[in-house]
Amino acid sequence: MSCDVELHKVRVSYDAFCALESIDLCVQHGEALGIVGPNGSGKSTLLKTIAGLLRPERGSICVFGTAPRRLPRGSIAYVPQVEAVDWGFPATVSDVVAMGRFAHLPWWRRFGPADRALVEEAIEAVGMSAMAGRHIAELSGGQQQRAFIARALAQQPRLLLLDEPTTGVDAATEEALRQVVRGVVARGTPVLMTTHDLERVNEWFDRLMVLDRRMLALGTPDEVAASGAYAAIREHTHTHGHLRVDHDPHEGHEAHPEVRV
Amino acid sequence: MMHALLAPFAYPFMQRALVAALIVGALCSMMGTYVVLRKLAFIGDGLAHASFAGIVIAYLRNIDYQLGAAVVAVLTALGIGFVHRKGKVSLDTSIGVLFTAAFALGIFLMSRQTRYTLDLQSFLFGDILSVTRGDLIFIVVVGAAVFVAAMLAYRDMLFASFDPVVAEAAGLPVKWLDYGLLVALALTIVVALQSVGIVLVAALLVTPAAAAYQLAKRFTPMLLLSAAFGVTSTVGGLYASYFLGSSSGATIVLVATLLFFIAVALKRLRPA
Repeated sequence: MSCDVELHKVRVSYDAFCALESIDLCVQHGEALGIVGPNGSGKSTLLKTIAGLLRPERGSICVFGTAPRRLPRGSIAYVPQVEAVDWGFPATVSDVVAMGRFAHLPWWRRFGPADRALVEEAIEAVGMSAMAGRHIAELSGGQQQRAFIARALAQQPRLLLLDEPTTGVDAATEEALRQVVRGVVARGTPVLMTTHDLERVNEWFDRLMVLDRRMLALGTPDEVAASGAYAAIREHTHTHGHLRVDHDPHEGHEAHPEVRV
Repeated sequence: MMHALLAPFAYPFMQRALVAALIVGALCSMMGTYVVLRKLAFIGDGLAHASFAGIVIAYLRNIDYQLGAAVVAVLTALGIGFVHRKGKVSLDTSIGVLFTAAFALGIFLMSRQTRYTLDLQSFLFGDILSVTRGDLIFIVVVGAAVFVAAMLAYRDMLFASFDPVVAEAAGLPVKWLDYGLLVALALTIVVALQSVGIVLVAALLVTPAAAAYQLAKRFTPMLLLSAAFGVTSTVGGLYASYFLGSSSGATIVLVATLLFFIAVALKRLRPA
């Protein structure tokens, strides 16, 4: 089976520091891949490389059969972990989400009713309809994050890259985001997402990758849990609480403990 | 009464000055929104000073000074972008290095020649009343070209100005947009050079847009408000300078500054 995203022996360096080494990966159509690993393990670097923002020093990357930079406009939507934008920029939530459509609109096409509808739909999907007219500086951190995810949804990308979208959001928002992601995946769009949260990885992802500059494990969440690869992460960081990857379906979101590695 | 108010515009030089004021005011202030939002306030000053070398070279070669200014300003703009990207230095450092180099080249060339008839003062401080028919044609043609390019790239430029990393991942040509903006700013400055001069042209690029930034919550209103402030400054300044007998460039900048402080005050008064 062909891969939507294919990495072959990829190595990425920042000057002398090698951030990723010999990464081989094949992400298939309609697959949600979770990427976990300690801080500094290269999770963000991996997403940036697939987005075409960083060039690998060695190896090759193919996204839909070509180099990421050569894809048609609008193919990849990337939501960074920390948005380094100017929060004083004159833009409302709607304005920011509308930018997701811009990639599909060359200068001769106008921003039409279909685009407007997609923007509204994306804002609704992240539960921000009531705040659509707010200036971005008036939002909380979690709301800002949701606005940027809505922008990625409005883009209707062929590949969605999310860098720790659940950091700093409450349990109800996290569940809303999970449903959004599963909806995107159900329509056939592959999603690559980094996370610190090992809780409920079964519900989020089809496969899980454990990364620490090299790929330590790759498989279904259950396979990865059984492989003992989590232990490698745990040794690497100061663990708060215990690790658990099984999930109790009767557990309420309010009681959802923040288990992180 | 009305007759007395319109009296200045009975003179052809005042008519030309009015047309120049309208175009320069609108163009500088609209391009200025990108300057303010991208925190590039330094660029106006830089490219204006760099264009001085072009003026001197044009004078020595006996070619049109606006052409000389435009070529050197555009080359400096491209050089600034190139040094910033390839030399991995910050944009303001790159501007600081290259514009002073171009300005120094202008002074160097001027200092080596003996027949000293270049009217330096009019280039440094500008004189909108001396705009000729030929100058006006240059202003209209180059101004229109920059305006059309900016309109065509409007959405891409907006996305790339707000969030360049995500825009690049989405496949927008962020690098070329950056270079394009620098070139457009270089041409905008050359268009405005004769009206307000090398020393003050940066104000027209920054002040009206900064005033609009105080009051606008969204990008398009900011752009339109900036244009309104810009045109009010240039036309108002031209008009006031006629009656006050003052330097047109300086009067235009002072009107813009007044509008900026009014905008700041309005923002303070308005409930959050």
